[in-house]
Amino acid sequence: MSATQAHAPAATEHRSGAEVVLRALKDQGVDVIFGYPGGAVLPIYDALFQQNAIRHILVRHEQAAVHAAEGYARSTGKVGVVLVTSGPGATNAVTGLVDALMDSIPVVCLTGQVPTHLIGNDAFQEADTTGITRPATKHNYLVKRSEDLASTIHDAFYVAKSGRPGPVVVDLPKDILIKAAPYTEAPSQEEPHRSYRPRTEPDRNTVLEAVRMLKRAERPVVYTGGGVINSGPEASRLLGEFVRLTGMPCTSTLMGLGAFPSSDPLFLGMLGMHGTVEANLAMHGCDVMLNLGARFDDRVTGRLDAFSPGSKKIHADIDPSSINKNVKVDVAIVGDAGRIIAALIEAWKADETPVAKEAQSGWWKNIHEWRGRDCLRYVQSGSIIKPQHAVHRLFELTKEDGRDTFISTEVGQHQMWAAQYFGFEKPNRWMTSGGLGTMGYGLPAAMGVQIAHPDALCIDIAGEASILMNIQEMGTLAQYRLPVKVFILNNEYMGMVRQWQELLHGGRYSESYSDALPDFVKLAEAFHAKGLRAETADQLDGVIREMLAHPGPVIADICVAKDENCFPMIPSGAAHNEMILGPDSDGNARAVTDEGKVLV
Amino acid sequence: MQRSATIAVLVENEAGVLARVIGLFSGRGYNIDSLTVAPVDEAGKLSRITVVTSGTEMVIEQIKAQLDRLVPVHRVSDLTLEGPHLTRELALIKVTGRGEHRVEALRLADAFRARVVDATTESFVFEMTGNAEKIEAFLALMRPLGLAEVSRTGAVAIARGSSALAA
Repeated sequence: MSATQAHAPAATEHRSGAEVVLRALKDQGVDVIFGYPGGAVLPIYDALFQQNAIRHILVRHEQAAVHAAEGYARSTGKVGVVLVTSGPGATNAVTGLVDALMDSIPVVCLTGQVPTHLIGNDAFQEADTTGITRPATKHNYLVKRSEDLASTIHDAFYVAKSGRPGPVVVDLPKDILIKAAPYTEAPSQEEPHRSYRPRTEPDRNTVLEAVRMLKRAERPVVYTGGGVINSGPEASRLLGEFVRLTGMPCTSTLMGLGAFPSSDPLFLGMLGMHGTVEANLAMHGCDVMLNLGARFDDRVTGRLDAFSPGSKKIHADIDPSSINKNVKVDVAIVGDAGRIIAALIEAWKADETPVAKEAQSGWWKNIHEWRGRDCLRYVQSGSIIKPQHAVHRLFELTKEDGRDTFISTEVGQHQMWAAQYFGFEKPNRWMTSGGLGTMGYGLPAAMGVQIAHPDALCIDIAGEASILMNIQEMGTLAQYRLPVKVFILNNEYMGMVRQWQELLHGGRYSESYSDALPDFVKLAEAFHAKGLRAETADQLDGVIREMLAHPGPVIADICVAKDENCFPMIPSGAAHNEMILGPDSDGNARAVTDEGKVLV
Repeated sequence: MQRSATIAVLVENEAGVLARVIGLFSGRGYNIDSLTVAPVDEAGKLSRITVVTSGTEMVIEQIKAQLDRLVPVHRVSDLTLEGPHLTRELALIKVTGRGEHRVEALRLADAFRARVVDATTESFVFEMTGNAEKIEAFLALMRPLGLAEVSRTGAVAIARGSSALAA
């Protein structure tokens, strides 16, 4: 790495590279890091021991350190920081890094490395970390000279948070950590980066073109994504202002939930594979679509050649490579979501093109009709708890509770039910693994959120299969007295796998039964937490209340209906207007084509 | 509609940058028809990569956008799209044999302005520059005359006119 021009004259010499690392972190505003020690990073752990500015949270597995940093980052807007050792420490972190890459979460991951003279010798706990993580990160560095150490860490933070955020790895050979090293200050914000200068300010003419298109639209829809969240809370506030100013219906991707309040009548709910009827049909039938900070992901578009066939598409994204990647658009606006929305508001107010109000009222009539189908309706009858009901009651009771509530999830049916039945009113309250779909994300993510927000209510809505993928983090909750609540929708199946086997593979439930499950109540107790269980519908509220009232960590094992499927569903290879609405829907027979079967 | 594109990429001359570019092509399933790289500035801080690729217009737009967002990339220029440009490639071509074939090889080399840079009583090494079509035409002629070995650089390219690609 030849980051910056080595010895700035004002550089101050430090006793060790490890001290330089910590000083750089401190100067970058880091107050907490998630990590796990090992031979190659011992010098950093020694330096950590001798200071108080940065808190270290000891996780139980390096993957969890990255997810915790993601939860921290997503709930605060700051960069999450990870510290792991060489070899297995780094390889264990890879899943978390890819997760952060796919969901555009700013993370800086410091990895230990064998000393420079041993690199390439197959030394103990050596792995080619920069090689392995090259496609797993936004960028990575191997620091080979002490004089590059501080500037590389500053650079890593700049890259992680600029433009489309993402994970960055800095690989630190042990000799560099031990040797004395100079410290160089972070470059000032005005100083342009030598090569990476993403565009954030939108082109005004393109914004104006978009506004005119939207004003003339008869059937407009706004489709928002994680980019609005990443832009910061101000972007979400502006989004609310813009949508109310224009009166257009608004839907959101999984990653974008919370940017626009779910209780607002202009909100159509989530779109995509398990989105609402009104959101998906609005996408299908619109004549002008405004995509703000979303990337036309395959979970959203369904079959591409049938995706919103009659619409003009406007795509606002900070990453030019997202534009025209999956869907060809008519107007592209490159920039930061918040600045784009601000520019849209300004142009909307200034431009005199009349709004096609009459046509739009007809469009709203259609939408109300679709909404009237009440596609998320479920019937809770008898004593077996419906998973939808469990999430719905959790939502209601947390509202009663009144604390600021942050929800994380694992991956699968429970994740989709959480997205459908838990209403988010504010950004940064929803942590989920959207792009990579990482089972085991939710518990460590909730941990990171709780560290950042000690007084908030942090709940991991989990499945009984996913939770076991990072269950060891219950130990971290105990050590730091983190009162995270793990709310398991236990149907004794890898539910989404089972659902697909039912729909696509003739109900042959190959290896999707969660056999030999632990007793989650005893498991909680073994980890010094409280264990609760609800087996019947009449126990549900009591268990949720007890969980919320308990001051420490809790696992609530909610035994739910085993055969419930997640609907609505756009089967793979189908279009937005080919949704399956429920188990009795006539769509089931023609649900999945052979072409659809190859898709995931 | 597939098209070929010659793309010039100015990058930081740092460890791993070539791996990033190649990894991008292999990871996303893009074609590389040829790729060349060398430092191009006085201080040795900048390298220029010339990559010849092919794909639909949408894929080529993606390739350029993906290249442009790599952190050490300064500039990406689609020479094919941006107007008239020069493309050159250097090839070293070994032809072995005796007698009439040998004389014929030498005659053709002369017609193609290939220089003899090494000779023995039973071999020649020709050096030739040109675009890929010219080199391929020459190789096709050499094949029946004892073509033994070829080493090619892949294309380097530059736009015509006074405008310059700079960091």
